[in-house]
Amino acid sequence: MTSQAQGDQSLRLELKGITKKYPSVIANEDVSLSVKRGEIHAVLGENGAGKSTLMKMIYGVTRADAGEMKWEGQVVQVENPAHARSLGIGMVFQHFSLFETLTVVENVALALPGNPDLNELAQQITEVSNRYGLPVDPQRLVHALSVGERQRVEIIRCLLQNPKLLIMDEPTSVLTPQAVRKLFDTLRQLAAEGCSILYISHKLDEIQELCHVATVLRDGKVTGECIPAEETPKSMASLMIGKELPVPEHSGPAQLGETRLQLNGLSKVSDDPFGTDLQGIDIEVRSGEILGIAGVSGNGQQELLYALSGEEPVAEAEAIVICGKPSGRDAPDRRRLSGMGFVPEERLGRGAVPRMSLSENALLTAHHAGMLRHGMIQFERVATFARKCIADFNVKCGGEDHAANSLSGGNLQKFIMGREILLAPKLLVVAQPTWGVDVGAAAFIRQQLIDLRDAGTAILVISEELEELFEISDRIAVIANGRLSPARNLADTSIDEIGVWMSGMWEAPAAAGGEAHA
Amino acid sequence: MLRLERRPEASQLMSYASPLIAIVLMLIGGLLLFTALGKDPIEGFKVFFLYPISDSYGVSELFLKATPLMLCAIGLAVGFRANVWNIGAEGQLIVGGVAASAVALFFYESEGAHVLILMVVAGAIGGMLWAMIPAFLKTRFNTNEILVSLMLVYVAQLLVSWLVHGPMMDPDGFNFPQSRLFEDSALLPILVEGTRLNLAFSFAVGALLVGYIFMYRSFAGFQMQVAGYAPNAARYAGFSAKRMIWIGLLSGGGMAGLAGMSEVAGPMGQITEHVSNNYGFAAIIVAFVARLNPVGIFFASLLMALLYLGGEQAQQYLALPSSISNVFQGMLLMFLLGSDVFINYRVRWKEAVA
Repeated sequence: MTSQAQGDQSLRLELKGITKKYPSVIANEDVSLSVKRGEIHAVLGENGAGKSTLMKMIYGVTRADAGEMKWEGQVVQVENPAHARSLGIGMVFQHFSLFETLTVVENVALALPGNPDLNELAQQITEVSNRYGLPVDPQRLVHALSVGERQRVEIIRCLLQNPKLLIMDEPTSVLTPQAVRKLFDTLRQLAAEGCSILYISHKLDEIQELCHVATVLRDGKVTGECIPAEETPKSMASLMIGKELPVPEHSGPAQLGETRLQLNGLSKVSDDPFGTDLQGIDIEVRSGEILGIAGVSGNGQQELLYALSGEEPVAEAEAIVICGKPSGRDAPDRRRLSGMGFVPEERLGRGAVPRMSLSENALLTAHHAGMLRHGMIQFERVATFARKCIADFNVKCGGEDHAANSLSGGNLQKFIMGREILLAPKLLVVAQPTWGVDVGAAAFIRQQLIDLRDAGTAILVISEELEELFEISDRIAVIANGRLSPARNLADTSIDEIGVWMSGMWEAPAAAGGEAHA
Repeated sequence: MLRLERRPEASQLMSYASPLIAIVLMLIGGLLLFTALGKDPIEGFKVFFLYPISDSYGVSELFLKATPLMLCAIGLAVGFRANVWNIGAEGQLIVGGVAASAVALFFYESEGAHVLILMVVAGAIGGMLWAMIPAFLKTRFNTNEILVSLMLVYVAQLLVSWLVHGPMMDPDGFNFPQSRLFEDSALLPILVEGTRLNLAFSFAVGALLVGYIFMYRSFAGFQMQVAGYAPNAARYAGFSAKRMIWIGLLSGGGMAGLAGMSEVAGPMGQITEHVSNNYGFAAIIVAFVARLNPVGIFFASLLMALLYLGGEQAQQYLALPSSISNVFQGMLLMFLLGSDVFINYRVRWKEAVA
């Protein structure tokens, strides 16, 4: 009897038979899960498996249709996030909940009860950020922060409240390997202090390294529970996606052709006072190769991408040469005509118009491909293109007349990628190709990039996921503080070396390494 | 406890139902208003909404009033779809009317179709010139087009006031602030004998057709819709934001100018200080009630015209002030904005937990 009671008390959180139905889908069905004190518990599953919905119910954002939740042995009904926070539950969202027009410290203050002193709070933020290796300036405005920096703010905001349970939704995708290790140290330290952690991810290696227990979700149901240390990534992947994880196939070394993209000392002062200025960036990408650019977000990636795409043209035409044509001053559609395709980081609202149908979204950039006559839209041709894109790229959707925002992130990314690839670009620039995309779709997208390279397209990939770059790139360079490192052949470098470079220190080791290979 | 909950997807149904709900609420609000003013609400309803269109002349007046509203609203809708907020159609209408009147007075006592044709051209260009000011300032200096176009309304009102007190005043008009009455050659032909409904109504229907094709069939219209829904996607695709500002403002200005021309060359037959009857502002409400859709604009303009006519009737038979029309317009807009909330949100009943 006593031991039973103690057993219950050691459970921080217990879910029983949680079910949540939406009009069109069942997000969670009969999900049970228990988290012990000081346990790092992974919730593993593809995008759309119901992980986020489950976490939102724990955090009081939405309410379950059925089932019960026990918090420290007591049945509770979490009313709202403030209630959850008062219980001691903190959450770092995958989609950030920050006010863009406020500063970091003001955003943090809003999540705290009462009326905290901003100067004191700023100091606390700095302390926590130093302690956990999450550098961020408390006085900066959130709209000027990159995706990675915003995530840091979210993490810090939670840590300041000394939570008993910390929910982390895909927290590492924008951190350097070193910072991930530091974060893991922090999480382990928090767990040792008794804080429980729910760690949502689809990155199997991370879960193996960090988590004590994993609950696997597929299609809203629990398909298994395991101890990651005793599993292989393969076995966990098959629990997660119901089949073996596809691995991209390389066809061998790059068959280099003509130069398709050349940046000649591209420098650009950022329009944003908190942005990163680009300084003398030289890049050459040739037909038949993939150049990967690694870096911690906020080091000039956004500025470089805006300059490359033409959304923010630069003053000197010669600074950006696309397929032999000086294009620095050209607008995006002119660059497309020169043979460039571009897949941006933000899918909804930039790469696609959320409220418009897939057909209309095909028209967005593919209109040069015979979709117009005398300025009028040839709707049948647009629909044909969209249908081809959906079929060729395995986009799961209701059809070409469904809105872009009805698709999951992975399927929309496949559609955008497909749209750009079907236009047969000579040069393709891709930002974060698989950010927030499920494992199956990510593998598919990487394979498409490799196939495109084999077909002779020059590809530039800017990603914050190092593993991804090492999987697909022929050469890798690093961007840090608006400067670009020399590019290294994949065989001549390592994740560790690139990780060090990501903090901007490539001069000394690069010189040594360069001589060794010269 | 009632709670607003965000819908997973914007409701298509609600976006079309919302204007209808707003109209019903406006009618109920009107009944309450009549009661509060001590009038019989049923009688008030009849006077306001049924008497004006109880005979064919009344219906022709309805179409006549709706004409400038349709013209202004379709022009504005083109810009609104791209988030180009031209609030100054009222001023553009006045300047269009002034330009058309200048032509009519210049060719006074001259016969021939060229007078009317030139008046149409002058009216449209006059409106466009007035709209070019906010367009230029916006594209060159990134000023706010809402403020600039709105302020220019007052400039236009003062301009027309000065003109009819000075250069355009009727020399034989006993110093009344109005121009000469136009010659027949400067008046739009009547469409239906015995009414005041004139050729401008065909212009309006034509403008709605052209607007429809532009919005739903042309690539330029698509580009503007993209810019309205997702400005970053428009930039990503390389659509020129400046071009859209110009198209949006010029279409609004041109159509408003044409509406001004149709007033001076139609029911007024001269220019006075009161070229516009607030049509430029009412058209904004029309465009929104119509969901920026040309078919919707046709019907919303008729409704708005009915409010104008009803107001006149209420003045005559119920002894209510003419501003009653504005009250109804205001209620319509307010209820529309209110029920539009339910496009993206729904009401949920949440039981309070102890």
